[in-house]
Amino acid sequence: MMLLAAFDFDWHAFFFMFFALLTCGFALAVLFTSNIVRMAFYLILSLGASAGLFFLAGAEFVGAMQLMIYVGGTLVLLIFGVMLTAQSRFVTMKTSSGEWVMALVLGGALLFLLLTAAFRVGDWRTGHPNPANVGLAESKTTTQIGMGFTGVRVDKLDAPEGSTLVSGMSGYLLPFVIVSVHLLVVLVGAAYMARTKRRASSAGVGA
Amino acid sequence: MAEFFQQIWDSFFQTSSESPGAIAYLVAAVIHCVLIIHVVAVGALIFIWMERKISGRIQDRLGPTRVGGAFGWLQTLADGIKLIAKEDITPKDADAMLFKAAPYVGFAASYCAYIALPFSDGWVAQHMNTAVFFILAVLGIEVFSPILAGYASGSKWSLFGAMREAAQVVSYEVPLGMCVVVPCMICGTLNLVTIGNMQAGSFTNWLAFNDPFTFIVACVYFTCATASVNRAPFDLAEAESELVAGFHTEYSGLRWSFFFMAEYGSMFLVSGLAAILFFGGWHGPIPIAEPIAGVLSLVVEPLLNFGRYVVGFVVGDLGQVTEGVVATQIANLMGCLNFLVKGTIGVTVMMWVRWTLPRLRIDQVMTTCLKYCVPIAAFGFLGALVWQVNDLPTSNDMPVIGKNRFEVRESWVYQAEKELRTTSGDQKSSPDDQQPPFDPHQATGSTELVPQGAFVMKGGAR
Repeated sequence: MMLLAAFDFDWHAFFFMFFALLTCGFALAVLFTSNIVRMAFYLILSLGASAGLFFLAGAEFVGAMQLMIYVGGTLVLLIFGVMLTAQSRFVTMKTSSGEWVMALVLGGALLFLLLTAAFRVGDWRTGHPNPANVGLAESKTTTQIGMGFTGVRVDKLDAPEGSTLVSGMSGYLLPFVIVSVHLLVVLVGAAYMARTKRRASSAGVGA
Repeated sequence: MAEFFQQIWDSFFQTSSESPGAIAYLVAAVIHCVLIIHVVAVGALIFIWMERKISGRIQDRLGPTRVGGAFGWLQTLADGIKLIAKEDITPKDADAMLFKAAPYVGFAASYCAYIALPFSDGWVAQHMNTAVFFILAVLGIEVFSPILAGYASGSKWSLFGAMREAAQVVSYEVPLGMCVVVPCMICGTLNLVTIGNMQAGSFTNWLAFNDPFTFIVACVYFTCATASVNRAPFDLAEAESELVAGFHTEYSGLRWSFFFMAEYGSMFLVSGLAAILFFGGWHGPIPIAEPIAGVLSLVVEPLLNFGRYVVGFVVGDLGQVTEGVVATQIANLMGCLNFLVKGTIGVTVMMWVRWTLPRLRIDQVMTTCLKYCVPIAAFGFLGALVWQVNDLPTSNDMPVIGKNRFEVRESWVYQAEKELRTTSGDQKSSPDDQQPPFDPHQATGSTELVPQGAFVMKGGAR
């Protein structure tokens, strides 16, 4: 029984480490592969593992969004594009040393920025939380996100009147609508461009 | 379920703990995983047999008749043994790593989506608040399996199949998402357990029969679901008359069978999702489960108590079974059977369609999606929205059947509004103190609302 009780470790931290290692490991694999489709495959795994981190933190909606948009949307289009444009059978990318240096400088700057930002978060610098207090995260964030988009900040209802919230200006309704209209315009534009091209080429054939 | 195992652990080792420990979670997780694996694998076993029998009957043949008796019901097992014994070939031109990984990607995605699919009230591996969204997202990942397989095989037939598959699945996700939004809008939640429970009662309460638009949307959903799991008449990616076998041309043996396990797994998954979203989930057409469960529990409960009494001599006093738990669990079991039957009916319809309709051309597949399914789904969505907003009568309001109007349409916004109306009715003395149209505090608190007075089966095994 003592042996079994020893297994009662901090599984929350364990899974965090597990998913974090998967994310970073496959991100490195993306870096060191030269075949584009293999890169995309490693990117799927890396992004999927980071979605796992979101699920672990109780942000189900964000995790599923990560899977749907980045993995299910962007990467499918990426592979699709590679397959349509590939000249040879397996496309490989050759990186010159100059590109390596540029990428290292850019990536290093971004990493530095993120690390300094991360170490400024006060809660992240205190010691380990008591594992007994860390239960399963309550995953009821969807409603809050949705209400935030429609202009009601559920998380700030207890804030004193007039302190930070201006009535009608506190939510994310305006950015949400702007982004939606933007996407609609992009869709209409894409359809329009696809149509005009075909018409021009068919007119050229006719002439 | 983890709580349940922690309880057993505590009673066995005479300890007490507030929240389940790692062991309890581990045991619960293993049980969930094993159960879901069996749903996918045994389901594939049965559905492949069914497909053979149904296709045989449709084509005026008998289908398998020899292995395992007159109905050939062990045929799939024999096939499986044959597939295991086959040589595992990797083509010379293939990208070996991706070629080997591709079948597992599809199977893993199909399996993963089952985590959020409830089989009865609360009988779900992970009770998610956004289960619908999660399942759609994970189903979208499944497309990588054919794409990677087609690309890595190093064969032009495979590559053509993969490109068709990518184009088709990416297009069909649009109308599929639109159709799924409609039940979520009517119920006001993305939680599949809540959506299922809101359809308790007779079949008039099912969301497909809520109004004419939802019925149209249910039909469009099923069409798009058939296309998104790559079944005939939309199986362009493996069109054997044009592409040898499409994306799995170069596969053999067990790897090949993983594609089919994934396909049959997702067939049942989308059928089950259709059952929950549109056809009442685990609720039968007539509400008889509760009285039957009540009668059965009169027999089972004393038996269980006697069993606990006997086992109690060995491990210490276990006490009596909690009152009513047996009845709810029996009702849940019947609900699970209901759900399995509904899912199987959906799969059967897919088979029926496959062996009846000829395969579409790729441009016809795209036309069906973009020119028919998307506009019809959008029209159905708008219609259902107008119906909902104007509070028009549903099939449940019919004078003969609708004696008990369950609260299908009372999503949490309506509920909060109703509560506010009653409370503001009490406080008529202070008309200046107007309340806002609805209170987000209540709205967030009541996303888990289940219909009051409806036939509700409270789940134990979460």
